Amino acid sequence: MKVLVGVKRVIDYNVNIRVRADGSGVETENVRMSANPFDEIALEEAVRMKEAGICSELIAVTVGDEASQEVLRSALAMGADRAIRIHAEASPQPLNVAALLAALAREEAVDLVLLGKQAIDDDANQTGQMTAALLGWPQGTFASELTIEDGRARVAREIDGGQQTVELELPAVITADLRLNEPRFVKLPAMMKAKKRPIEERTPEALGVDMRPRVERVEVSEPVPREAGVRVADVDELLHKLRNEAGVI
Amino acid sequence: MTNTVLVVAETAGDSLAASTLVTLTAARELGGAIDVLVAGAQTGSAAESLASMADIRCVRVAEAPHLAGALAEDLAAVVAAHVGEYSHVLAPATTFGKNLLPRVAALADIQMVSDVISIRDAETFVHPIYAGNANETLRVLEPHKLLTIRPTAFAKEAVAGGEARVEPVEAGKPQGRSREIDLQLDESDRPQLESAGVVVSGGRAFGSPEKFRLLEELAAGLNAAVGASRAAVDAGYAPNDCQVGQTGKVVAPELYIAVGISGAIQHLAGMTGSKVIVAINKDPDAPIFGVADYGLVGDLFEILPELRDKIRVLRGEPDSQLAEA
Repeated sequence: MKVLVGVKRVIDYNVNIRVRADGSGVETENVRMSANPFDEIALEEAVRMKEAGICSELIAVTVGDEASQEVLRSALAMGADRAIRIHAEASPQPLNVAALLAALAREEAVDLVLLGKQAIDDDANQTGQMTAALLGWPQGTFASELTIEDGRARVAREIDGGQQTVELELPAVITADLRLNEPRFVKLPAMMKAKKRPIEERTPEALGVDMRPRVERVEVSEPVPREAGVRVADVDELLHKLRNEAGVI
Repeated sequence: MTNTVLVVAETAGDSLAASTLVTLTAARELGGAIDVLVAGAQTGSAAESLASMADIRCVRVAEAPHLAGALAEDLAAVVAAHVGEYSHVLAPATTFGKNLLPRVAALADIQMVSDVISIRDAETFVHPIYAGNANETLRVLEPHKLLTIRPTAFAKEAVAGGEARVEPVEAGKPQGRSREIDLQLDESDRPQLESAGVVVSGGRAFGSPEKFRLLEELAAGLNAAVGASRAAVDAGYAPNDCQVGQTGKVVAPELYIAVGISGAIQHLAGMTGSKVIVAINKDPDAPIFGVADYGLVGDLFEILPELRDKIRVLRGEPDSQLAEA
């Protein structure tokens, strides 16, 4: 089985982001970047499938500028067989990315596309569902458990108020939720080796995808900050204030 | 140009989910004619309650056995067939809407907007990015605007006094490549986390699943839902779907009590919309105090039992009854 995993380069999870004063976006100069955590979970799942003999070829793909090659290097170090970068300017929109992934999935004749459920920069949570739609494949979003058997994927999905399990005929698109697995750390020797491996390049033109933006950013602003209130001395004062000042109990 | 809005209803069992009411509020803000699409295996009671609500022109019903599991593959085809008739198509930004609407959008070749918290005008929408640490305002250049609506950002109100007509629409055929094989819904007499008026949340400071029960006792006395930080969930003190924060649920109750939660930005992203926030923490410098209306510094194992007991007294309920409940 051939598996395609998408990896996006985003501002690192632990960075406190800063909104640019002119409202044009979020400061990315000299900011630590890394792979989107949900994509790392998707990648880990695919690597485990390889180790279990379920996946015969694991292809990692990213859509972005030259700097985004670094997330492909760690994907190779983690266990990807091949790495492909599709050229794009910063922050392409989900529908365009989905069109690229769908075109690549067809070209490479993969059986499974595994993605993170959302990227932690735009928090859109769209690309997987859109890729599935464009391919006409079934989708298993927000996966917290995944088993592949007899050409089918069994996916436990985290939904509001519980868990739904669906069975999908392959090929399919699956998006990883936080608790699907815990990604391994990449060891330094593996990282050094990955530096020497080739990264394949593709362009949207070659894949036949129009990258025209469909949505235009007007501004990015800081949310209105919540002001800190008061400290109370004890439980009695807390209850008094909750009852008489806030009126919530 | 007058807006025509289609709201994709979310149902719970065969009745209407609260998220649908919120989405209707957003639709009213857009103005114009509002239609609602209800799809499922049994839509009768949801359609009936929608038809009696104010401002709805038409309730469109797609009823078929294969729509029972709310599979995106089947539902998206039903919704996508109607996108061309409307200026806006709205669904709640719950796992139902997040699973469905991007698929509809791609079928209709439209770039949608997720998690809308504010509507500036018919084509300009605000949504949070970076876990709510920034807000992005987008102008949508598409002929039809597809939006998911963040449930905590709009009022949840059932406005009565309408007489919408109910009409059936094509329910399509099962695409047959996916099926639901199991559904586990949490059985609890507590209110749902997303819709509870009071939420009490616990963090890693509890130290064990047994001690986390203290929080549940407090929740019982307040008729509150129980939430947890990611640290508490990862440590196994609370189930996955209790997690409040960027990667979990976004809540905005009247009262949010954070106990033993330091207040990582990812957690704050899920609860700063709450009306009143109480923080109880041993560390006086914990970031959670920066967003709390009332902060109490101290040991949660001393504070929680006292709080629990005094709330019982305040509410005038004898201990014995609560112990049973």
